[in-house]
Amino acid sequence: MAARAIWKGDLKIDSTKVPVKLYSAVQDQTVRFHILDEKSKTRVKQHMVNAETGEEVPREDIQKGFEVEPGTFVILEESELEELEPEASREIEITQFVAPEKIPPEYYDRPYYLGPDGDQAAYFALAEALENKEKEGVVRWVMRKHPYVGALAAEDGHLVLFTLRNAEEVLSAKDLPKPVGRAPDKKELNMATQLVELLKGEFNPKDYKDEYRERVMEFVEKKAKGHKPKLHLVKSKKRTTALDNVLSKSIEALKKQRQAA
Amino acid sequence: MKMARKKSTKRSRSENGADSGRAARPFWSGTLTFGLVSVPVDLYPGNRNNRASLRMLGPKGELLSRRYFSEKTGRDLDDDQMIRGYEIEKGKFVVVTDEELERLAPEQSRDIDLRRFVPLEDIPPLYFDRSYFLAPSEGSEKAYQLLSRTMVKEKLAGVATFVMRGKQYLVAIFPENEILRAETMRFPDEIRSPKEVGLPEEKKVPAATVKKFERLIAKHSDKKLDLKELKDEQTQKLLKLVEKKRKQHKDVVEVEVPAEERGQVIDLMAALKKSLAGKRKAA
Repeated sequence: MAARAIWKGDLKIDSTKVPVKLYSAVQDQTVRFHILDEKSKTRVKQHMVNAETGEEVPREDIQKGFEVEPGTFVILEESELEELEPEASREIEITQFVAPEKIPPEYYDRPYYLGPDGDQAAYFALAEALENKEKEGVVRWVMRKHPYVGALAAEDGHLVLFTLRNAEEVLSAKDLPKPVGRAPDKKELNMATQLVELLKGEFNPKDYKDEYRERVMEFVEKKAKGHKPKLHLVKSKKRTTALDNVLSKSIEALKKQRQAA
Repeated sequence: MKMARKKSTKRSRSENGADSGRAARPFWSGTLTFGLVSVPVDLYPGNRNNRASLRMLGPKGELLSRRYFSEKTGRDLDDDQMIRGYEIEKGKFVVVTDEELERLAPEQSRDIDLRRFVPLEDIPPLYFDRSYFLAPSEGSEKAYQLLSRTMVKEKLAGVATFVMRGKQYLVAIFPENEILRAETMRFPDEIRSPKEVGLPEEKKVPAATVKKFERLIAKHSDKKLDLKELKDEQTQKLLKLVEKKRKQHKDVVEVEVPAEERGQVIDLMAALKKSLAGKRKAA
């Protein structure tokens, strides 16, 4: 079944506009549990209470405060917060184009498909141009009173819009010290390289499946029928981190596997 | 972490669950393996929540906390008075315990076993979900360095699946500055295809229109991503307003913060730095 568009707008480069519709590209398959009251096996709800007395505070009495230092809050009125909201707009403004690898993976948040809203020629031409030029657009837009920064990319001939995290939300490895410890020697590095080379291949998403999700669902279904499925005990295993012959053993084992295949 | 799990119901530090308060200890401890080599690691979150999280306060500025209560009895519930259930039909639940979820994961599925290494640029961003850092633990510094240096040199990312806290994750491990970063990814069945969304099929378009867009792209192309574009202006505006009101002594309230809450805000960066310097004692 075709998905419903969640937003409509115009991609804008200079004075050129491409009208688009926005669709979620993700369908979460996580097994969803509800939190229940143990006694009655019924659902729970949440409310706000006075932290000290435990007394419920009705919604209309709740204020929002920003903690400027421990224990000191500046209260912000709803009207003040509303004033801070960005101006509503239907434009997705493209500010620059960069090579895709210039946007680090940790910035990518959620993907959305863009579909043409009328002018199909402009839509597919932009997707093709992005592919030909091997670029992604850096974009800004306002959706549901929230300002977003994003990346515009072409995927198999269609346009994909990613929300990007703000710089303040991402910790960068560049700001961290390199890990300490004695550096591996040349022989170890050579063997590790050989090992990694043997495991090298293409990223093929179809190779990966959430098997655990299936196990959980199977378990739930059995339990629902009144069975009590047996489960294994979890054992903690012993491991060795000694590197000396583990590397050569790994290489041997992999080579044998290859030959057998 | 999308599964609704038991959360602390008492005095959560901030209403939208800022990560900063819980960052002192690793999020998860486990083992990274390649071939027969095991590398014990600690996992730390690599994203932090926006700093402008607002706290909910009562009419006189009292601290509030979010509490669960029973829909049926109306009574407030503590952590140990709640369980997890899967709704098989409306209002009917199958109870599943933490222990059962734990035991449902086969032993080998708990390790991040890097059975495939792929070129760094091979993974489409459609898959990326959340970011974590891996730090060596239990004396694994040398094996950790061996793996990270090899991956940097070969320009490869490792791909694996593993089970953590009642959920299986597809993960890509990237070497960056010789530090291993884990990017959790969506499974292929969690990503829709353009066809499933109902987008029209790709069309041949006039070459002149494509050329026009290519010229626009060339005109606005830069070598580097402008990080200024990624600044959170909304937060800056909010902080400005807060500062202004504070200077004017307007709407400023002082609240007694319980001692157990005070020590909670620990810098994630500091914890990570310590861990990479090998200063975290083995648990």
